[in-house]
Amino acid sequence: MIRAVLVMNTQGKPRLAKFYEFMPVEKQQEIIRNVFAVLCSRPEHVSNFVDAESFFGPDARLVYKHLATLYFVFIFDGSENELAMLDLIQVFVETLDKCFRNVCELDVVFNYSKMHTILDEIIFGGQVLETSSTEVMKAVEEISKLDAASSAINLVPKSVSSWRSR
Amino acid sequence: MGSQGGFGQSKEFLDLIKSIGEARSKAEEDRIVIREIETLKRRISEPDIPKRKMKEYIIRLLYVEMLGHDASFGYIHAVKMTHDDNLLSKRTGYLAVTLFLNDDHDLIILIVNTIQKDLKSDNYLVVCAALNAVCRLINEETIPAVLPLIVELLSHGKEAVRKKAVMALHSFYRKSPSSVSHLVSNFRKRLCDNDPGVMGATLCPLFDLINDDPNPYKDLVVSFVSILKQVAEHRLPKSYDYHQMPAPFVQIKLLKILALLGSGDKPSSEHMYTVIGDIIRKGDSSSNIGNAILYESIRTVSSIHSNAKLLEAAADVIAKFLKSDSHNLKYMGIDALGRLIKLSPLIAEQHQLAVIDCLEDPDDTLKRKTFELLYKMTKSSNVEVIVDRMIEYMISISDDHYKTYIASRCVELAEQFAPSNHWFIQTMNKVFEHAGDLVNIKVAHNLMRLIAEGFGEDDDAAYSQLRSSAVESYLRIIGEPKLPSVFLQVICWVLGEYGTADGKHSASYITGKLCDMAEAYSNDEIVKAYAITALTKIYAFEIAAGRKVDMLSECQSLVEELLASHSTDLQQRAYELQAVIGLDARAVEAILPHDASCEDIEVDKNLSFLNGYIQQSIESGAMPYISENERSGMVNTSNFRSHDQQESGQHGLRFEAYEVPKAPVPSKVTPVSLSSTTDLVPVPESLYARETQQISSVGLASDTGSSELKLRLDGVQKKWGKPTYSSPASSSNSTSQNPVNGVTKVDVATTINSKARDSYDSRKQQNEIDPEKQKLAASLFGGSTKTERRTSTSSKGPKASAADRPQDSKAASVPNKASGEKTNQVQQPPPQDLLDLGEPTVTAAPPAVDPFMQLEGLLDSSNSSAVSNSGGAVANAPDIMGLYRGTTSSEQSGGGGYNPASGDNLNLLSELSNAAAVRGTTGATIVSPLSPSVKGANAKDSLEKDAKVRQMGVTPTSQNPNLFRDLLG
Repeated sequence: MIRAVLVMNTQGKPRLAKFYEFMPVEKQQEIIRNVFAVLCSRPEHVSNFVDAESFFGPDARLVYKHLATLYFVFIFDGSENELAMLDLIQVFVETLDKCFRNVCELDVVFNYSKMHTILDEIIFGGQVLETSSTEVMKAVEEISKLDAASSAINLVPKSVSSWRSR
Repeated sequence: MGSQGGFGQSKEFLDLIKSIGEARSKAEEDRIVIREIETLKRRISEPDIPKRKMKEYIIRLLYVEMLGHDASFGYIHAVKMTHDDNLLSKRTGYLAVTLFLNDDHDLIILIVNTIQKDLKSDNYLVVCAALNAVCRLINEETIPAVLPLIVELLSHGKEAVRKKAVMALHSFYRKSPSSVSHLVSNFRKRLCDNDPGVMGATLCPLFDLINDDPNPYKDLVVSFVSILKQVAEHRLPKSYDYHQMPAPFVQIKLLKILALLGSGDKPSSEHMYTVIGDIIRKGDSSSNIGNAILYESIRTVSSIHSNAKLLEAAADVIAKFLKSDSHNLKYMGIDALGRLIKLSPLIAEQHQLAVIDCLEDPDDTLKRKTFELLYKMTKSSNVEVIVDRMIEYMISISDDHYKTYIASRCVELAEQFAPSNHWFIQTMNKVFEHAGDLVNIKVAHNLMRLIAEGFGEDDDAAYSQLRSSAVESYLRIIGEPKLPSVFLQVICWVLGEYGTADGKHSASYITGKLCDMAEAYSNDEIVKAYAITALTKIYAFEIAAGRKVDMLSECQSLVEELLASHSTDLQQRAYELQAVIGLDARAVEAILPHDASCEDIEVDKNLSFLNGYIQQSIESGAMPYISENERSGMVNTSNFRSHDQQESGQHGLRFEAYEVPKAPVPSKVTPVSLSSTTDLVPVPESLYARETQQISSVGLASDTGSSELKLRLDGVQKKWGKPTYSSPASSSNSTSQNPVNGVTKVDVATTINSKARDSYDSRKQQNEIDPEKQKLAASLFGGSTKTERRTSTSSKGPKASAADRPQDSKAASVPNKASGEKTNQVQQPPPQDLLDLGEPTVTAAPPAVDPFMQLEGLLDSSNSSAVSNSGGAVANAPDIMGLYRGTTSSEQSGGGGYNPASGDNLNLLSELSNAAAVRGTTGATIVSPLSPSVKGANAKDSLEKDAKVRQMGVTPTSQNPNLFRDLLG
């Protein structure tokens, strides 16, 4: 089972944090800090796996991917396969990329709820739901259509229309 | 850019994010966020906020909480938003509550109703949103409220809904297995869903179910295997491919499930061999996901009943992983190696260089994984190298969690494999020195016991040598600054016990050191207690040896200081020291005999030595003791009370508290039986018994009790005396007075007695196991430790086998290889065939016809290549036999599934020819199971016929395509 998905930048600022089991806010912050401390101390060109037992309880593993200014971090237990999780990050990033065209940190920051929508289509209740970024995109677009339809009074009309045009 | 405000955030929000992004310090960020919270608090409670605005506020709340600030004031608004009819508002509401609330939050009750309504919605997007919330927000108590709705959704028209419904059920199973236990059949049903996505989702709950208990699912092995086969053969629609790999996550889940089902189950495992073999063979090691599947296959191979061929294939994959440049693959390779090493220990040898490389790698994760592997590979011959490496690494890291872990591993290995006492003590010293306070105190106690008892050598010289080497090393270490408390305790104890034993060091030298230590660590009372006791012992030994004791001035001052200590324990120890010094040699010898630490102390559990005293007291009018549980059985209220007391008094020993409720059962019976035996005053007695059982007041009970006392001395007060004792006093008395109370007493007390004895015994057993293990370990290393050590250090690798092993294993492995190669040619095909025939035909066809007959028939006919083929096999057979004989004599490790250990030539031959025959015929007949009779008299005919059948459309198996060409040509 996947226990948490974190996206944080290289300064340690969380950009997305989703815990699939309840975690009090303080504990979440502690985990984010610990994860960041581990990640930024890791040299380049090493494996993408980290043992997460010390801050996430027994049998917790962590897989991360460092892309531009962001760390994508998945924390999960022994019932998942590390290499496969690495690919799941890839699916997530690919989808974001399709969604935002050359995804960058700004997109992630400014589309907080959309990030969650995408993630919810990939991981559901801690289990892998969908691994095809095309399928995920289809589902997300269906939801977004509603958004576009209902946003007659738009606060940032230009940007939304540009988004819709994709 | 266009991406900004994708969901229509206002400029305010963008500004907030920007300013937080530009914040230079955490404090500045906090200021900004707090200001934001103030704004939100104000705005969010305004009346008539437009929906769009409200949605944004909620998102801003989420953002604030992600940054670690409290946003609880807005939870209720998020809950309200879930009630909204607009899907997007609803989604935002659900998103917020799933991120904000725990499943036992008070507000959940307000959401359950909405969820119920949404689950029934016509719009599947609403249903999906609700299902998402269900996973996080529904807990054990609220499951029944939504369960029927979820079950209904299992047959929803949209596969996306079915998929999510399955996963929602799965989340219920995780929260409370019993709540969905009656729905397991639904999972089985969904396994056959038309949509592969739903089938894939079903594997998740099935994996958990099988993980908990595989037995009810053994019947699914065949289904899982066939699904896996279809998936691996690209039978799913292209849309399920991921990087050209067919549904890799489904494959991985299936492999995991098969690993669980095949573990320790040979028949089930046999179903899997072919498909796993195919997956490994066709595995794509160029992509990440391909390697994930390969790795998962290795895990499965290592878990199911072992198959030599698969192990070989797995070993090849591991070799590929380890040789790769990717750290990820190396990590997986090391992990896989660790799994496989249990099954074939030799496999690591060929990778030793790669393993050493991983150990030197700058990557911590890889290093730790490698230590894990080394831990599994440790033998007496390489323990020194491995533990040294571990300690080296332990010193270099600062992560306490892992430090503790690796320290315990070191201790474990050292205890298990130590080649010499000296090495063991040195190793333990290092562990204590660098990870002292992280080490379990039991380890320290073990070390002390080891030093006291030795490793089981018989001769005293070794004993005393061990001790003096320990003393020497401690005297050297003692001067180092900041030693951990646990280590100091060991040092004090050893110095006190053995510091002066070998006569090398004078008492004043040792005591001086001990005093220095007590002074240096004056905050640590435990160390001081150990130190003062050590001083006592040293002085006692001096006195006993008839030497005059000159107390150093610093000792004097230490004792004086402790005499006035706040800790009563330290005070008592100091007084004891003073008292001992004042005694004469004989008395001292008696109370503190030298080297008595490992003498067995026999505990007189009945305290029989007190019998006389008690007899006397009873005669002079004292009340006999009434055991606690008899008393507690008498009066229910006091039963509860004593229960409570026990709980509060012995917080650490909770298991005792659980047993208390049992006590009343025997004791409730006893009053009745007792009353029937007492003929003297039956009426008041039974009356009283009844009364007390109806919760009598304490005062009344004690009254009757004391009046009874004059009438009869035994039996009666045993039950009635209860109220006169106050519970705390009785608990302290309970053991000491037990034996006095005659037969009935003991009977009643047995429950408590036996309980005490049980726990005592088990503790004693535990104590005895360890030295036993150590003795075994010590005897294993025997006298040859020196040579062993040399070999191990020279080879400097995990391989480092004992001196005589290399030739042995080489000798064994050479013929092994040869036989492996030869048998591979001859043998490899048959298992393949047999496995392929795992389908009904293999069992049906061959038994129908005697394989020998078939073989003969084939040999007789002159023109088929099958003949030469199988003939070759037969001709080769004797050779193989020889090889087998050779190998079995040197080491029992033949090749393949044909068990050479049986050593029976005939058997083997028949097996081989059987296989050959099966190959010869099966290649042809098996594919056409409709006509098993064809291969009757004329094998040639039948082969021709079958070949025709094959030409009609059945593809020949890869093993013998020539066969048919030749036959037809």
